[in-house]
Amino acid sequence: MTRILPRKDVVIVGLGWTGSILAHELTEEGLDVVAIERGPWRDTATDFNIGYAQDELRYAVRRDLFLQPAVEAMTMRNNTAQTALPMRDFGSFLPGNGVGGAGVHWNGHTWRFWDSDFRIADHLNERYGADRLTGLQLQNWGVTGPEMENAFDRFEYLCGISGKAGNINGQAQEGGNPFEDPRARDYPLPPLQMTYAPTLFAEVTKSMGLHPFPTPAANLSKPYVNPLGIAMGECTLCGFCERFGCANYSKSSAQTTILPVLMRKKNFEVRTDSEVLRVDLDKAGKHARGVTYLDTSGEEFFQPADMVLLCAYGLHNVRLMLLSGIGQAYDPGTGEGAVGRNYCYQTNSSAQVFFDDKNFNPFIAAGALGQTVDDYNGDAFDHGALDFVGGAGINCIPTNGRPIQTRPVPPGTPRWGKDWKKATVSAYKSTLAFSSQGSSYPTRGNFLDLDPTYTDRFGRPLLRITFDFPDNDIRMSNWVSDRMEDIAKTFGGRQYVVNRRKKGWDSVPYQSTHNTGGAIMGADPKTSAVNKYLQSWDVPNVFVIGASAFAHNAGKNPTGTVGALAFHTADAIRQHYLRNPGQPLVPA
Amino acid sequence: MRTIVLSLTLAAGLAPAGLAAAQASDDGAKIISGRYQAILGDCAACHTAPGAKPLSGGLPLETPFGQLIPPNITPDRASGIGNWSEQDFHRMMKTGIGHDGKRLYPAMPYPAYTRMTDSDISDLWAYLRTVEPVFNPVESNQLPFPFNIRLSMLGWNMINFEEGTFRPDPEKSAQWNRGAYIVQGPGHCGTCHSPKTVLGADKDSQFLQGASLQGWYAPNITGNAQTGIGGWSEDDLVQYLKTGANSHTIASGPMAEAIEASTSQMTEDDLKAIATYLRSIKGGPDSKPQALGPSEPGMKAGAAIYHDTCSACHGGDGKGAPQIFPALAGSALVQQPSAETLARLVLDGSQAVHTPEAKTTPAMPSLGWRLSDRQIADVLTYIRNNWGNAAPPVAVSDVESARRRN
Repeated sequence: MTRILPRKDVVIVGLGWTGSILAHELTEEGLDVVAIERGPWRDTATDFNIGYAQDELRYAVRRDLFLQPAVEAMTMRNNTAQTALPMRDFGSFLPGNGVGGAGVHWNGHTWRFWDSDFRIADHLNERYGADRLTGLQLQNWGVTGPEMENAFDRFEYLCGISGKAGNINGQAQEGGNPFEDPRARDYPLPPLQMTYAPTLFAEVTKSMGLHPFPTPAANLSKPYVNPLGIAMGECTLCGFCERFGCANYSKSSAQTTILPVLMRKKNFEVRTDSEVLRVDLDKAGKHARGVTYLDTSGEEFFQPADMVLLCAYGLHNVRLMLLSGIGQAYDPGTGEGAVGRNYCYQTNSSAQVFFDDKNFNPFIAAGALGQTVDDYNGDAFDHGALDFVGGAGINCIPTNGRPIQTRPVPPGTPRWGKDWKKATVSAYKSTLAFSSQGSSYPTRGNFLDLDPTYTDRFGRPLLRITFDFPDNDIRMSNWVSDRMEDIAKTFGGRQYVVNRRKKGWDSVPYQSTHNTGGAIMGADPKTSAVNKYLQSWDVPNVFVIGASAFAHNAGKNPTGTVGALAFHTADAIRQHYLRNPGQPLVPA
Repeated sequence: MRTIVLSLTLAAGLAPAGLAAAQASDDGAKIISGRYQAILGDCAACHTAPGAKPLSGGLPLETPFGQLIPPNITPDRASGIGNWSEQDFHRMMKTGIGHDGKRLYPAMPYPAYTRMTDSDISDLWAYLRTVEPVFNPVESNQLPFPFNIRLSMLGWNMINFEEGTFRPDPEKSAQWNRGAYIVQGPGHCGTCHSPKTVLGADKDSQFLQGASLQGWYAPNITGNAQTGIGGWSEDDLVQYLKTGANSHTIASGPMAEAIEASTSQMTEDDLKAIATYLRSIKGGPDSKPQALGPSEPGMKAGAAIYHDTCSACHGGDGKGAPQIFPALAGSALVQQPSAETLARLVLDGSQAVHTPEAKTTPAMPSLGWRLSDRQIADVLTYIRNNWGNAAPPVAVSDVESARRRN
């Protein structure tokens, strides 16, 4: 028996960053909005209590805030010749769960993708010719950097990002990122005070002719009141960001920037611990009637709504589209179908330098407190003589010195015992690490679809991830790792190690929760699932918001662009869609 | 609001057009003024239970004599005050004698409401007639024998109660007098903030100098520089009453509720008047006690606990951050003679109130599960005697009794 609930103007699936932004914007428009969230309610003082928020065993090792595989897992394989198997535990990436979503447990790196990302196919074709892109399925996003500027700005001011602009309206800014696109104004807050490791990294890279700058951080350098009137505190540099909720109201999240206002609105409601099973379409499959969901007692509800916004984690958005029959599933054999297309990840590598005479005090840290070099990112450098496209940001961001998991030791150290203990003592304070966060470009064979064998507790097929690092990306990462080796040598430590990215994506060791694509935006309904406003080409009263819309992944953390896309979509709905509801904003 | 429109429409239907218009506009103004009286008096604080229909009866009030349940004051005839006359209501507000001669207990603050003018009471009555009638029978009197004998209030009134409308002081400004009227009359601030005699009456000699009730310590709100609001500017006080937060503190407990339902909805002029009046009241000795030295018992442990558990938000310097983390250094609330409120905040936590100008609703987490009574006593002793603060040490037994209330 399904209980049919009173109609709402808008139903939002998932109350994380994008769901909260859309809910705020659309309730401002006067719409009656309900958000349905699979996980629990979470708030700062009640759930990230200062007395236990920094429990590394509970949150970092046992991963208390994350999605559990018993609730939803994915199956994975490296290519279509293999049979995918379900992940019995999350490892390579860690999807969020509950109100605030992954925005609760992030580090806070807040980047803008560049115009050369949004126009990537045109940009690279113009500069290097079409041959260079062979084997890659690179596509334009359907928007441009200038179109997105205001949306980026609003997300940064919502969050209170600490950083230094490199380019304000075309004027280069000393100390900022010289490779960034023009922005209208500086960050709302100045950069965090640097700790020793990034300070040294900046000195060394600068001496090599590179252009280090403070990483834009959602860890607040000063107290801040955002445009919604919500106050936040100054980061205490406790070093418990990623995998943790912030107890100090000093890391931007839905909880610290939107919910105090949103939750008071009479035209907003959230239903937590409620899992959406599918979006229900009309008989023709062209209009969403609402969503069907279950609460924890197993009771099934139908929530009718005029609009459905999929604001879950990107992978879940794609799965819900496939389960609901929104759009055509991508077929890597024919290249047809858009849902599941252009799944991308992140191509990372890392380096460690071991010193004898330095003390970095790694426990004084914040998730995004560091320095970045973008000289080798995206298309900031000439790829003319190189055998790849793409690049990586090189980051020295010592996010923490937590006692269980931060145990750097030089190569050759035993894995346990007296000598291991001795090595961890001497290396803990005197090791500097930095990493590359590399772009991930789409190929025909990397995609998402429904698994033919494995199902969840409700009998719905799991999402299947077919992915391996493309050859182009491996070449890119190796080349960037060579540059990192140059940097590591220049530090002049006793010893250094560079850990390179190899082919054969392994779902076990943690790498990155930057899963992108699958419901990508674009100008052509044949090759994209949503239009430039993140509106489904096939079911125009459905919008799909998140990193699922990325047509490729850049060498940057995705959250800044995800937040900007949420504002971009909200604008399109408020200014255009609501005048002709149910109609496509872009003719197919 | 809908009820008002309805009654205006009815009036228009019954009378000749010209007269109806005049009548309606007067009634409307009276009802709107009466609604504001209900805000000044914060009727809903006691008479509306959480989630219930407005004014349909409240949660039990704990008094030193036992429980009283605030009655249903909607116009419902059977269970509310629908069969009262305006005269009944006026007599009750002025004398504490209700419908049918029933004597009220002074948990209903008629000793304050007696100061209200006849026209304000009449407006309030006009407004109460427009509230949605709700059937909800409430037996207010839950007191044990002998306190349950209402006639005993006759004697109480003879000793403690003085009937009479507020008389303005011609020596003072109109603003001061308006403030005094609100504070002493409809605002009934003394009901919480004035110490009580053994009979539960306000100690007039210590008017607004701080009192304990329902497990909270309502602090001194006189102009006393040490424990009162003497260190606050008029703007500080207005901002606090308007938003629930200022650079000195963030409201918690019953005051947070009073701000949300009452003071945040008062006019700016009235808030300024309240500030002018409160700041003028001399409230006990201004002399500062000697702060405990760092080697006194509890101070060293308190410092360690503070830096471990509290400093991340309140700062190593105890200065907090605007709108989000209350300052402890220099805080009058921190230096009250009683640490009852402080103990409760640490044990249970507290969430700031949401007002249109302070939307953050930051919350102090509960730490009662983590800190022992001794540790809480020590850390409170430390914050009460550091950064220039000075107040008596907190005893373990004070924290124990606060914990027992839970």
